[in-house]
Amino acid sequence: MKVRAQIGMVLNLDKCIGCHTCSVTCKNVWTSRDGVEYAWFNNVETKPGIGYPKDWENQKRWNGGWERTASGGLKPKQGGKWRILANIFANPDLPEIDDFYEPFDFDYDHLKSAPEMEAFPTARPRSKVSGERMEKIEWGPNWEEILGGEFAKRSKDYNFEGIQKEIYGQYENTFMMYLPRLCEHCLNPACAASCPSGAIYKREEDGVVLIDQEKCRGWRMCVSGCPYKKIYYNWSTGKSEKCTLCYPRLESGMPTVCSETCVGRIRYIGVMLYDADKIADAASVAGEKDLYDAQLGVFLDPNDPKVIEAARAEGVPEDWIASARKSPIWKMAMEWKIAFPLHPEYRTLPMVWYIPPLSPIQNAAAAGQIAAQDDMPDVKSLRIPVRYLANMLTAGDEAPVISALERMLAMRSYMRSKTVDGVVNLGVAKRVGLTPHQIDEMYQIMAIANYEDRFVIPTTHREMVEDAYDLRGGCGFTDGNGCSTGTSGGKLFGSRKFVTPAEGWK
Amino acid sequence: MHQFIFGTYPYIALTVLLLGSVARYERDPFTWKSSSSQLLRRKQLVIGSVLFHVGVLVIFFGHLVGLLTPIQVLDALGIGYGFKQLLAVIAGGVAGIVALAGGAILLHRRLYDPRIRANSSFADTGILILLLVQLVLGILTIFVSLQQLDGHEMTTFMAWAFGIFTFDGQAASYIADASILFKLHIFLGLTIFLLFPFTRLVHMLSAPVRYLWRPGYQIVRTKKRGA
Repeated sequence: MKVRAQIGMVLNLDKCIGCHTCSVTCKNVWTSRDGVEYAWFNNVETKPGIGYPKDWENQKRWNGGWERTASGGLKPKQGGKWRILANIFANPDLPEIDDFYEPFDFDYDHLKSAPEMEAFPTARPRSKVSGERMEKIEWGPNWEEILGGEFAKRSKDYNFEGIQKEIYGQYENTFMMYLPRLCEHCLNPACAASCPSGAIYKREEDGVVLIDQEKCRGWRMCVSGCPYKKIYYNWSTGKSEKCTLCYPRLESGMPTVCSETCVGRIRYIGVMLYDADKIADAASVAGEKDLYDAQLGVFLDPNDPKVIEAARAEGVPEDWIASARKSPIWKMAMEWKIAFPLHPEYRTLPMVWYIPPLSPIQNAAAAGQIAAQDDMPDVKSLRIPVRYLANMLTAGDEAPVISALERMLAMRSYMRSKTVDGVVNLGVAKRVGLTPHQIDEMYQIMAIANYEDRFVIPTTHREMVEDAYDLRGGCGFTDGNGCSTGTSGGKLFGSRKFVTPAEGWK
Repeated sequence: MHQFIFGTYPYIALTVLLLGSVARYERDPFTWKSSSSQLLRRKQLVIGSVLFHVGVLVIFFGHLVGLLTPIQVLDALGIGYGFKQLLAVIAGGVAGIVALAGGAILLHRRLYDPRIRANSSFADTGILILLLVQLVLGILTIFVSLQQLDGHEMTTFMAWAFGIFTFDGQAASYIADASILFKLHIFLGLTIFLLFPFTRLVHMLSAPVRYLWRPGYQIVRTKKRGA
C-alpha cells in the first residue's frame, strides 16, 4: 500500500444553472493573455451537444486517453512511445484552432473614430490570430448554449450511443443539462504519459497535474493525449498550458477560483487518500463498465486505522488525514455513491466527479399514471434518459446512476415529509439504503451547502519540505523566466516571453 | 580572406553555437521550444513538415558521418572514395530534393497563410529561407561533383573538417581549390551554425529520444527533501 493524497472535486450538476461565472472568473485570472484567448481552462457546455472543442468526447476521432492492449497492459490511444515520436513532425490527432474556435475581437475603435456616415458605425469582428477581418463568426466556446443550433448537429453527441435519439429532437421530448468542465487531474494522466519532454508531472503531495513551462518544448502530444481536450497549446509562446487547479490558492487552503465564485454552490473540494500501487491495475481492467468500480477500489478509507498508520508512514501530514475524514468528496463518491467520474472509459482515472442531474417528469400530463411510491417517481420517467447520463458517467452502466438519482429523490421526499408534514419517513430512507442520519447529512452538504462543508482544504506544508532560510530574498511566485517577470528588455533569444495575467491587461 | 572564412570563421561560428546555446538553455529556458504552428493551420504542415524534417535529418547525419569519419577508417574498412562519393551524391541528392520540396511548402505556408505570417518572427522566416538557399546550394554542388567521380575532392573536405576539429592551422588550405559553389555552401552552413542559438533551430538539441527509455509513462514530482 502506497498512500497518496489527492485534491478532488465534485460538481453537483443538479444545481448547475449554467451561468458561466466559473468560466469567466477562471479566464480573467488565468487565460486573458495572447495565445490563449481561445483557451478556457474551465468551460460550461450545454448537453446534448458536441461540446468544446468539437466532438471532444469521440475518441474514435481524436484518439485521446488510454487503450487496453491485447496483453492487458495500457498504452496511450494515440500510440506507444515509438508511435508518438514518429508523429512528432506532424501530429495527426491534433485539433486545429478552428475546432476550438478562432479567437476574435471587435473593432471598437471604429465606433468613435468613424466619419459621418449614412448608417450607424458598427464594430465588426477581427481575428486575434491573423488580425484579418472575419465576416462571420462560425463557432465559439459555447455555441450550443441552451440547445443552440440544429438538433441534427447537436445529436452527434457521443453520449447518445445506444439511444434512439430521434425523439429527443422533438420539442415535447427535448432535454438539456449543463456540464462544467475543467482538467480532471487524473490519477493516470494520459497527457503526462504522452509528453516526450517529460514536462508534465503529477505532484505527489496533492495530485495536481502541472506543465513545467521551462521544460515544455511544444511537441504538442499532450493536447492529443488528453481525452478531455483540457490541454491548450499557447500559439504565442509555443508552450502548452492547462488548468493548475489554482494551486497557489489550494496551497493556502483556499478553493479554486471556479469553485469560490460558483453562485450555485455546486462545487466541492476535498482530500481523497488513494493507493498508488493499485492505479495500474484499476486503469487496465478488461470491461469498460468495471472501470468505475475499479476506481472506487483505489480510494482508501480515511477512518481505517491501518490506512491512517500507512499514511503517516508515507509522510502524509496529520491535518491532511483529518481533512480526508471530513472530505465531502469521500462522502459523495464512496459513502452515498451519488458522484461519478466523467467518462471512466478513457482509463485516466479522473478526479473531478459529477452528481447527475434530476430532471422533470416526462409527459407531465400523464403524471397520474406514473408509478410513484413515497412521492417518488420512477427515475426512468425523468426527462433526461438514464442511459445518456450513464454513457457520460459510468461507461454506460445504468445501475449506479439509477441508484444515485433515487437517493437524491429520496432525500427530497424524506426532507419534505420531515419539514412539511413533521413525519420522519423511514420507509423512503430504507428503500434507497440510507439511514436517516445519512440523509440529514446529505441535505446539509448538498442542499444547504455551507462554505466550510463544501471546501475542506488543508494547507500545504512547505515547512516540512523547504528550508525557509534558503528562500529569504527569493522571488516568490513567478512564471516562465526565473525571477524575471518575463518582460526584460533583452530580446537576444526571441521576443515572446511569458506574459503574466496581470500584464496581459496592459 | 580564404584563411579567415575557412580557417577562423568556423571557430567563431562553433563557439557562438556552443556558448549561445548553453547561455540560452541556462538563462532563458522558457524560449527553448519547437514553435510548432500546427494548431493554427494544419493545411500544408503535415506534408511539408514531414518531408522537410525527414530530408534534413538524412542530410544532417550524412554530413556528420561523411565529413567527420577519419579517412583512415574508410581505408581500414576498404570503402572506396569513388563509392563513397556516389553514395553521398545519390543519398544526399534524394534527401536534398525531399527536404527542398518540404521546405518550399513550409515557406509558402509561412509567407502566404495569413495566420502563420502574422505569427512569424523575422528569425522564423529568415532561418527557413537560409535553410532553403543552403539546400539549393547543396544540390547544385552535385553537378560540380559529378565532373570528377574519383572521390578525391570529398577527401579534401574531410581533411578540412577533420582539421578544424583537431585545431590544424593549415585546415583552410586543403580546400583552397574547391569550386565556388562548395565554398558558398560551407560558408552558409557555418553562418547557420552561428545563428543557431538565436533561432528556433535549438529545438533539435532537445529531440526527445530519452522518452523511449524513460521508465514507464508517468512522472511524479515531490517536494520532499532528499527525494
